[in-house]
Amino acid sequence: MKHHPKTKTHFLPKRTAIIIVALLAAVGLMSFELTGKHDSGKIIVVKDSVGSVAAFRQVYKVLMSPRCMNCHPAGDIPLQGDDNHLHTMSPRRGPDGTGMYAMKCSNCHQPANTPGLHTPPGNPKWHLPPADMKMVFQGRTPHELAKQIMDPDRNGHKSMDQLIAHASDTLVTGAWHPGAGRTLPPMSYKAFKKAWITWLTKGAYAPPGK
Amino acid sequence: MISLNINQKDYQVDADPDMPLLWAIRDLAGLTGTKFGCGVAQCGACVVHLNGEAVRSCVTKVSRAAGQKIVTIEGLSQNNDHRLQIAWNEANVPQCGYCHSGQIMSAAVLLRENPNPTDEDIDMAMSGNICRCGTYLRIRKAIHLAAEMQRKESSSR
Repeated sequence: MKHHPKTKTHFLPKRTAIIIVALLAAVGLMSFELTGKHDSGKIIVVKDSVGSVAAFRQVYKVLMSPRCMNCHPAGDIPLQGDDNHLHTMSPRRGPDGTGMYAMKCSNCHQPANTPGLHTPPGNPKWHLPPADMKMVFQGRTPHELAKQIMDPDRNGHKSMDQLIAHASDTLVTGAWHPGAGRTLPPMSYKAFKKAWITWLTKGAYAPPGK
Repeated sequence: MISLNINQKDYQVDADPDMPLLWAIRDLAGLTGTKFGCGVAQCGACVVHLNGEAVRSCVTKVSRAAGQKIVTIEGLSQNNDHRLQIAWNEANVPQCGYCHSGQIMSAAVLLRENPNPTDEDIDMAMSGNICRCGTYLRIRKAIHLAAEMQRKESSSR
């Protein structure tokens, strides 16, 4: 009698397989939402003006919060506090955004937050945008700000890749670790980043209006 | 132990890396010319130079200053004869004097970066240094005086 070696084949039950496939797809989708990239590393833009504008309206709330706007002032003096008052001591932007003379940002702002209530918040690269690229948020309407952010001549020469990466910049993430006595932006960092990437990858549409 | 170079002299200090540099300068190195004012970088009394920049030593941690070049008011000149110190005497600037080491250290950065400052430049550079005696006009006068000395020294070279 001919012996037939037994080949052991394992099949997942159909239901389990479906669940696994669904989970993998969900993880892939989440990853795309957080990075704006497919596995190939390429950013995929799927135009959706309604979704994009809705996402920017969320983004705008964060950009206009004191934690973001205070370092994107209309003038050359940074702002402070939840009421966006001019920074005490009136430090100036300076040509490169790092201050002037004895009033350079890093003279007070240390690489990390200084402990204590209302003490200087910290970051190794604390600065304003430079004088030749002020990237003003203060006073901008949603329409104006969206247009400005998408204009390389006014956004620090950032490409789509760089705009997406900017959401992970420590000066941005620092808004959610502002030091004692400061309010947080109006949504979680995760929600902001998702809205930011959604706005960009759905076509970076500006809300209508002036 | 942490190595600090203060006024071109090396110090080995037994300090927590988070200790304010001001503590190390005053209490461990014994250089008491730099003053404690507010402790939260609001007044400028504690200004020293860290690699040439006018940092506030009350919020600057020792760890940031380790191995860097620190200059205090005691090290600004050999014989208290920095042109700003001379000008401060000539203009009779101090009243109580408490804030003036910080004032002079800030002014030194201004004059290094702008040898011909206007009143506006001076106000801009010195607006972080508070003087409760209100000697601001004499401070401005002394900085102009020191700038003039600096220009004369440069032109006579």
